[in-house]
Amino acid sequence: MADLSINIAGLRFKNPVLLASGTVGYGNEIAEFTDLNKLGGIVTKSLSLKPRKGNPPPRITETPSGMLNAIGLANVGVESFIKDKIPFLKKLDTTLICNIAASTIEEYVECTRILTHEESIHAFEINVSCPNVREGGLEFGNDLNAVGRITEKVKAVTKKPIFIKLSPNVSRISDFAKLVKENGGDGVSAINTLVGTAFDIYTRKPKIKNVTGGLSGPAIKPVALAKILEIKRNVDIPIIGIGGIMDWKDAVEIMIVGASAFQIGTVNFINPNAGVEIVDGLKTYCEQNSIQNISELTGSYQI
Amino acid sequence: MYVEKSKVESIQKISENIFLIKVLAPSIASLVKPGQFCNIKVSENSFPLLRRPFSICDVEGDYLFFLFDIHGEGTKLISKKKPGEFLELLGPLGKGFNYNDGYDTAVIVAGGLGVAPFPLLSKNLSANKKVISLLGGRSKKNIVTYGLKNVLAATDDGSEGFHGTVVELLKREIKNISKDNFRIFACGPTPMLKALQKYCVENNYDCQISVECAMACGFGICQGCPIDPVNGDSYLLVCKDGPVFDAKSIKL
Repeated sequence: MADLSINIAGLRFKNPVLLASGTVGYGNEIAEFTDLNKLGGIVTKSLSLKPRKGNPPPRITETPSGMLNAIGLANVGVESFIKDKIPFLKKLDTTLICNIAASTIEEYVECTRILTHEESIHAFEINVSCPNVREGGLEFGNDLNAVGRITEKVKAVTKKPIFIKLSPNVSRISDFAKLVKENGGDGVSAINTLVGTAFDIYTRKPKIKNVTGGLSGPAIKPVALAKILEIKRNVDIPIIGIGGIMDWKDAVEIMIVGASAFQIGTVNFINPNAGVEIVDGLKTYCEQNSIQNISELTGSYQI
Repeated sequence: MYVEKSKVESIQKISENIFLIKVLAPSIASLVKPGQFCNIKVSENSFPLLRRPFSICDVEGDYLFFLFDIHGEGTKLISKKKPGEFLELLGPLGKGFNYNDGYDTAVIVAGGLGVAPFPLLSKNLSANKKVISLLGGRSKKNIVTYGLKNVLAATDDGSEGFHGTVVELLKREIKNISKDNFRIFACGPTPMLKALQKYCVENNYDCQISVECAMACGFGICQGCPIDPVNGDSYLLVCKDGPVFDAKSIKL
């Protein structure tokens, strides 16, 4: 029986399958369709200090092998998260990573400082790469100094592991990963969505109100693989791989190029039980290929 | 809610571009309320990637019916399904119509394929309720009367029934209805719903509308289908809080 458990920054995950932020809400809705306790972890919807309404509709549109979204970080805010969402999440037997988005460095720090007291939260993922909110996210994600400072300041207010979620919309993603490492970050999540847009040829209007959105789904998998490989070859830091994973084969591939664990996102909208199916697929793959521990796959590329 | 691999029993062409598909889905069929929908995966590969939301049109025992027209790649693929092939259904989703108490006459107002949820509603209305179905369409061929009772049509080109919009037809007919205690149930394109909403709010008529919106998941996790409430600072979601809303409660 292969061991699917992995360890990142001292944190144990029962398997490498995590549900990506913004694709599982706060866990309760998707729990009707799948057994969350079978998964390695859940990354909750981006939280900001105060509630955010998010962008007006239309917020999503399908594109070839992918989708564009511009939700705009709609969320309940830290206070309601603790009061209304944690009670459900704390009952789960899986690793809980809390994703934080903010408009200022101070807000990232303040959110983390408050939430680090919640026992059920095991780690933080810091979103410096949301493409859909003007004053937050991507502007930091494009700024090496800002990413370094955010990592350092957030790390100073929590003993829990922090992962910085990186943008693919940069020229050298490994430079950002390097700064995360130098400033005490425990790992990087890569990649967030790619900036894209789509227009209606008859009305000549953008198909999403925000004009641009974040591209996700199978269309971005090759980009994710290349970015993860670039980080793996240049920086010694744990990588949580994200980008277009639809099944266990995609999952194996993303681990081979360097991911220690991975997150699935868009597929949850189509098949809310995909995570559990991927866990089963990985078990079979490991057994058939005489892999004792799944972490052997990480960065096992033959180039 | 279930994810159910459902065998296609039949596809019936109702008019030039409109089809009725019957699928075997016992788990979902056992739970359906009028006005709910299913999010349907039409292919087994990544094209199209996302599911497509469809109103549940009717239920007969273990079978569900969906009414659709061909307007994109997803619906084109469904129209080519053969009996014995499969669709993957996720549902039933959303909140349906509130139709049990508090009125005597049900006034159905539908535009185009907005008729989709009403055969089941008509069937489930208790026998002591009167029903009148007002259907609007561009032309005669867009009027689908499947499963509806006491139909009056309105067409933009005058090729069938009243020459004008279905909301104008309602304004004319309301004189005959308004002595009763009535409730309007509506579904159709947004411009029609807007006109209807304005009319109902001005006259303080009891009206429930089913709205349409692009969505990915259909059960609240993608946050892709927000709708502005009249009261409150945060958006509602069409998939979870709707698709049926009180006409007074939302901004269209």
